[in-house]
Amino acid sequence: MTTLHNETDSLEALEVKNLTIQFGGLKAVSDLNLQVSKGMIFGLIGPNGAGKTTAFNMLTGVYRPNSGKIQAFGKNLVGCRPFQITQFGVARTFQNIRLFKNLTVLGNMMIAMDHHPEQKHFWVLPSLLRTRPMVENEIQQEKNCLELLKIFKLDTRKSEIAKNLPYGDQRRLEIARAMATGAKLLLLDEPAAGMNANETKLLMHSIRLIRDEYQMTILLIEHDMKLVMGICEKIAVLDYGVKIAEGTSSEIQNNPRVIEAYLGKVPTDE
Amino acid sequence: MKLLFSSNSRHGIASLRNWILALVLIWMAHFFVADEIDPYFFSIIMYAGINIILAVSLNVVNGFSGQFSMGHAGFMSVGGYISAFATTQLETIYPEWFAHSFLMSLFFIFILVLAGLGAGFVGILVGLPSLRLKGDYLAIVTLGFGEIIRVFILNIDTIGGARGLPNIPALSSFGLLYSWVVITIFCIWRLVNSAQGRDFLAVREDEIAAEAMGVNTTQAKVRAFVVGAFFAGVAGALFAHYLRYLNPQTFDFNRSFEIIIMVVLGGMGSLTGSVLAAVFLTAIREALRSLQELTRIDFRMIIYSLMLILLMLTRPNGLLGTRELIDFIPNGSRKKKKSLESHP
Ligand SMILES: Nc1ncnc2c1ncn2[C@@H]1O[C@H](COP(=O)(O)OP(=O)(O)O)[C@@H](O)[C@H]1O
Ligand SMILES: [Mg+2]
Repeated sequence: MTTLHNETDSLEALEVKNLTIQFGGLKAVSDLNLQVSKGMIFGLIGPNGAGKTTAFNMLTGVYRPNSGKIQAFGKNLVGCRPFQITQFGVARTFQNIRLFKNLTVLGNMMIAMDHHPEQKHFWVLPSLLRTRPMVENEIQQEKNCLELLKIFKLDTRKSEIAKNLPYGDQRRLEIARAMATGAKLLLLDEPAAGMNANETKLLMHSIRLIRDEYQMTILLIEHDMKLVMGICEKIAVLDYGVKIAEGTSSEIQNNPRVIEAYLGKVPTDE
Repeated sequence: MKLLFSSNSRHGIASLRNWILALVLIWMAHFFVADEIDPYFFSIIMYAGINIILAVSLNVVNGFSGQFSMGHAGFMSVGGYISAFATTQLETIYPEWFAHSFLMSLFFIFILVLAGLGAGFVGILVGLPSLRLKGDYLAIVTLGFGEIIRVFILNIDTIGGARGLPNIPALSSFGLLYSWVVITIFCIWRLVNSAQGRDFLAVREDEIAAEAMGVNTTQAKVRAFVVGAFFAGVAGALFAHYLRYLNPQTFDFNRSFEIIIMVVLGGMGSLTGSVLAAVFLTAIREALRSLQELTRIDFRMIIYSLMLILLMLTRPNGLLGTRELIDFIPNGSRKKKKSLESHP
């Protein structure tokens, strides 16, 4: 269970080719192509129902695409179960927060870190006997969790039940928890949803910080344009399941098709 | 439950102190007290012990992992029949062994483990296909499997079929049975407080999130199922060698319900709650039995049901919820800040 990430020296953290999924007659995502380089903060935007979350669900193995390829760190993800994808170094947060609600903040973190690729695994007997290496490992693991919590100023709330946290803290805890899995690519689904302007600003700092200090690659879905334009080096725009634009923030802001998609002008093409 | 992290607790032999103390007390009671107890009262104590093992082990599945299994009596019967078949056969082939009660007791420990492993194996067989299902569907399928096991046994003549299996040697002593009670609680307590146990909790809380955090949820569920089945099998074997007679009818779904009631009553996810509820329900069942003989009406299920309704109305999470008794002791050894789940 040592690191598997460095097998290829490809610069791409994520490569998506012609990704398509259909629900009944609806093509929720069609022919999506994405390339996210290592260390990049990449934004995925688009109006509600554009297929952004669906794309995340395919990337993380929740949905199986009808066609297309997904590679993360050189590994094929299509057909893998979600827990395997996480162990390949891709972890996510959820648009409608999915914490382990009745567990403590630390409990949420410990579960994720149990599956860190570099985490030592202890089988039933050491757990029953509480051998010294097992106990020391737990202590170390707890320390590592607290260190991640510190980034999001959650270390002081470690014994609080997750569901009792304020909304913003819950969102931050989800990011910390995704990091605890040891993932190098984080998929954040609307991380700033429900946060006020100040919280959003702090979140932007945190996202930059984890990219810089922990060598994370980040792909995020977000409606808050200040955040997206502020921290994303590259942005892709989805509309009705189709990628209509990709580029830097200024390129996106001036793209007529993007403006159309957002302001809902009468479509002139297709 | 307030799950303990290791940083404030001992490891290795030092951490076993209280458990060993419990075993010593049990064997002292076995040698000095057990013979003095009124036989009727003694039988209640013994059944309470068996029920504790059953309830605590079912709690791993229903309480900690959140998988509603209704087939626990099935696993119990597998263990009961495996062990009873083994010892009755041995008794006819090597009757001289049974002259040495000490030798036989040692051998019985081996058979108990075997009974548990057999039940655990059936647990895998039942678990693998059915754990793809969730909630009500899983409940119905496990109920069905429990019945299949029973009907299967009913039709095997070598183990008595519908007539039942009589003359099982009396090998379940007080000391042995309660040692297994301690072993069961010990194993399950430690298990649910380890990384494996955290997987169980993750599955219970949110399966999608658990998978997204790297938990192999199928494997975690099967593990919980097998652990539960193993100890149910051991309980079945202890039961068989205490009652000395087995009948498939003993293990029908009523039996499974009784165990579920204990788990729900005590609190899903509270081991000490299960222990309390198992003792309480065993005692009340016996108390109601004499009432039933007097009035000739089967009050048992009525009172059971009423109690459950009352409990669900007043304490929807069971007596202790997910807490443990120790959490109610101020400055108890389990410090709040070290727990996975804490309570205000
Ligand atoms: N499991 C599903 N079954 C059917 N339709 C779905 C499913 N998941 C998403 N969709 C549809 O796909 C479209 C894209 O949804 P979604 O990805 O959630 O959009 P958003 O970009 O707002 O995250 C919507 O029309 C939604 O109704
Ligand atoms: Mg969405």
